[in-house]
Amino acid sequence: MGEAMLKITGLNAYYGRAHILHDVDLTLGRGEVVALLGRNGAGKSTIMKSAMGLLSGRSGRVEFRGRDVGALRPYRISRLGLAYVPEDRRIFSGLTVLENLEVGRRAPADASKPWTPERLFDLFPNLGERRDQDGARLSGGEQQMLTVGRALMGNPLAILLDEPSEGLAPIIVEQMARAVKTLKDEGMSILLSEQNLYFAHAVGDRAYVVDRGRIRYEGRLDEIMANDEIRRAHLAV
Amino acid sequence: MDLSFVVNQVLTGLAGASSLFLVASGLTLIFGVSRIVNFAHGSLFMLGAYAAVTIYGPVVAALGPAIGPWFAMLCAALAVGLVGVAIEVLILRRLYHAPHMLQILATFGIVLIMQDAVVLIWGYDQIVGPRIPGLRGAVTIFGLRFPQYELFMLFAGPAVFVGLWLLLHRTRWGTLVRAATRDREMADILGVDQAKLFTSVFFLGAALAGLAGGLQLPREPANIYLDVRVILEAFVVTVIGGLGSIGGALLASILIGLLQAFGILIFPKSTLVLVFAVMAIVLMFRPWGLLGRPEPQTTSDLAETKAAPPDRPYAAHLVVAVLAVLMVLPLFAPDYIVKLSTQAIIFGLLAFSLNFIVATGGILSFGHAAFFGIGAYTAAIAVKNYGVPAGAALLAAPLIAGVVALGVGWFIVRRTGIYLAMLTLAFAQIVWSVAFQWVELTGGDNGIVGVWMPGWASATGAYYYLTLAVCGTAIAVIWRAVFSPFGYTLRAGRDSALRCDAIGIDLRRHRVLAFALAGTAAGLAGSSFMFLKGGVDPSLLSMDISADALIMSLIGGVQTVVGPLVGAAAFTFLKAYIMPLTDQWRLVLGVIIIVLVLAFPRGIVGFVNARDWFSRTVTRSPIPAVEERTA
Ligand SMILES: Nc1ncnc2c1ncn2[C@@H]1O[C@H](COP(=O)(O)OP(=O)(O)OP(=O)(O)O)[C@@H](O)[C@H]1O
Ligand SMILES: [Mg+2]
Repeated sequence: MGEAMLKITGLNAYYGRAHILHDVDLTLGRGEVVALLGRNGAGKSTIMKSAMGLLSGRSGRVEFRGRDVGALRPYRISRLGLAYVPEDRRIFSGLTVLENLEVGRRAPADASKPWTPERLFDLFPNLGERRDQDGARLSGGEQQMLTVGRALMGNPLAILLDEPSEGLAPIIVEQMARAVKTLKDEGMSILLSEQNLYFAHAVGDRAYVVDRGRIRYEGRLDEIMANDEIRRAHLAV
Repeated sequence: MDLSFVVNQVLTGLAGASSLFLVASGLTLIFGVSRIVNFAHGSLFMLGAYAAVTIYGPVVAALGPAIGPWFAMLCAALAVGLVGVAIEVLILRRLYHAPHMLQILATFGIVLIMQDAVVLIWGYDQIVGPRIPGLRGAVTIFGLRFPQYELFMLFAGPAVFVGLWLLLHRTRWGTLVRAATRDREMADILGVDQAKLFTSVFFLGAALAGLAGGLQLPREPANIYLDVRVILEAFVVTVIGGLGSIGGALLASILIGLLQAFGILIFPKSTLVLVFAVMAIVLMFRPWGLLGRPEPQTTSDLAETKAAPPDRPYAAHLVVAVLAVLMVLPLFAPDYIVKLSTQAIIFGLLAFSLNFIVATGGILSFGHAAFFGIGAYTAAIAVKNYGVPAGAALLAAPLIAGVVALGVGWFIVRRTGIYLAMLTLAFAQIVWSVAFQWVELTGGDNGIVGVWMPGWASATGAYYYLTLAVCGTAIAVIWRAVFSPFGYTLRAGRDSALRCDAIGIDLRRHRVLAFALAGTAAGLAGSSFMFLKGGVDPSLLSMDISADALIMSLIGGVQTVVGPLVGAAAFTFLKAYIMPLTDQWRLVLGVIIIVLVLAFPRGIVGFVNARDWFSRTVTRSPIPAVEERTA
């Protein structure tokens, strides 16, 4: 597993007075692809938002690259090299594809080869054809690619990828899976939230199973695939 | 109307439009990223005019007449830009997640401070500005003479528009600004430092206001009334164009500029009414203005606006104790105190009724003075012109205010949030200008004087009891409404209009009724106030009264039921005792507002409650959550 990129310990999160996350512990190693599995409303997105500094009601410890980021504003966390791709994509409407990418652009923290729009268009060819179009006019799949691409433009060291396959056509899901594998090959650490077990299995190494705000199980994805009991108890079958 | 006259009028209108655009573009830019409606924008304009007129002489002496004038205006604009930065960094930055009402009050506090600051520095008298060398003459267009400077202005607006467009579309900064305008939290997630971005936007917006102020000098002297006039015009333009849209601001400026140029021929007395009417009509068909977009829905949890738990009635014994003191007050207190107390009770009703629609109904009104004034004027006119008995006038005037509120409410509840607040403000300004202009009926500037209660009721003590009985009853009625199913429905609608819709509640009807009830109560406060003072004048309809009522709620505690009453009393006595000590009451009030908004947003009652000293906590949220969530 190597050195930890992201390490969450004893995380509790609240929306108002509703207690959503209970003592969540989780680790994402360098170069690892880890999946958060769980049903609707299990708390997967809440874990990611907490890590990104987007929740005010929260206790516990979040470390990124060995540094406590619990008190930092999202933009500071982002500049340390952690990117977040929200499930609702949040493309800037009125901005073209290129402009959306520009908002995310930031020089790499280390000496690695920086992402450019051209490199992204190699990864997602559909986007290249639409570079001057209003981001809001793209199809769902293209928007998903754009939101991932926009996060990559910041040259992050790790990505929180919230439901990248949700609501997409099978062919786009395949493209997305290929892209995630490419990123992994380049050494990117990825925490992925998924309801689609097959997608997670195709790209991921390990997984945490989340149910009602608690981590219920942690293990290799092929073990979870094979374990009917866990799938029935905590995941949509 | 021959052609040359029409052309001349069009050019005049377009020159005016240019000036409007300069101010409105800064306002809309600032609103776009920060979502703050900056009432102080007109003050920045005024500051720009004063700054330019002050440095003009020395700068021109140093640099000569060719570049001196422009350099002076540029310097003034930059200085005002820095003032904008100070405002953002010191005050507004802390309020980005606060409800609209607190943001607006804070910027209103800045308006008050700047008004007194300008008087302190430059005095009350207007300062006539220079005329720019080389642009003093006139050109002949279609046989009519048109001032050169106006021609210059005509091009200044479009030039700034092009510059802004390039800045926003051709630079990385502009891309970030546009992104943050759409979704500032997502920009944050992508590593954009909002604080820096917002500060730079404030700088630009304020500098544009300052520039507009400087450029106005050859047309109009620097004077202390510029701020309010300019902010009202700028609001109209930005609202019609769509808050946050620069293109919309340009379009609306042209519309309003032409309307003013030609409106003056049709409605010589008041183009303001015409302008506000156009705004109302535009909003009827385009709820977000000509080119505006619906307010972005933040899926943010940082901005989480918690739903307030329902207020609990205060411990009954406390109410009884306060009532008992009020009942015996005239027996031992001097006349002066009794008079002040009467006024405090009247303002208590005004603030209480306003807070009812703001906090319970989720309708942020910035024009409550309209109903206060209508009540006052109706009573005065009824007694003076029609010989209606004073008692009947006192009680009938509120009904007129209520009927008007019903009509206005029917219209405005179709809109939400800031657009709704701007409509209420527009309506109040229309009423104000009617009172001001319709001299035969209202006495214009002088108002109507010498209207008193007859006989026994005019005595200080007697009128105190009368007010206590009448206004107290009205307060009790609204209090009942807050805790009735009607009030619960309003609160439910405030917290989630969508969910109310889903369960089949006709929220609009509830809101209209609430607005009418509050309008009636404000009318009663108005007619009571009129008899207390023995007359009316247009100041009762001014923006200051609407703001005062909001400030009273703020002082007492927006989210508490008794807050506005406590706040009204505190405000009335504070004002009565501080005002004789200083000429800078506005400055003092402005500072009080800003301190309250930043440090004690829950007000006196909220503060006391949070300590749990003598009463159960009414709310647990850190900042009053009265903001309307747009659906
Ligand atoms: N803004 C919010 N306010 C209140 N409760 C919320 C909010 N967002 C989420 N919740 C609640 O928190 C719980 C966890 O939600 P979360 O979005 O983390 O789930 P998830 O696992 O990401 O689900 P999904 O697969 O649907 O995205 C849910 O019960 C949800 O109702
Ligand atoms: Mg989710």
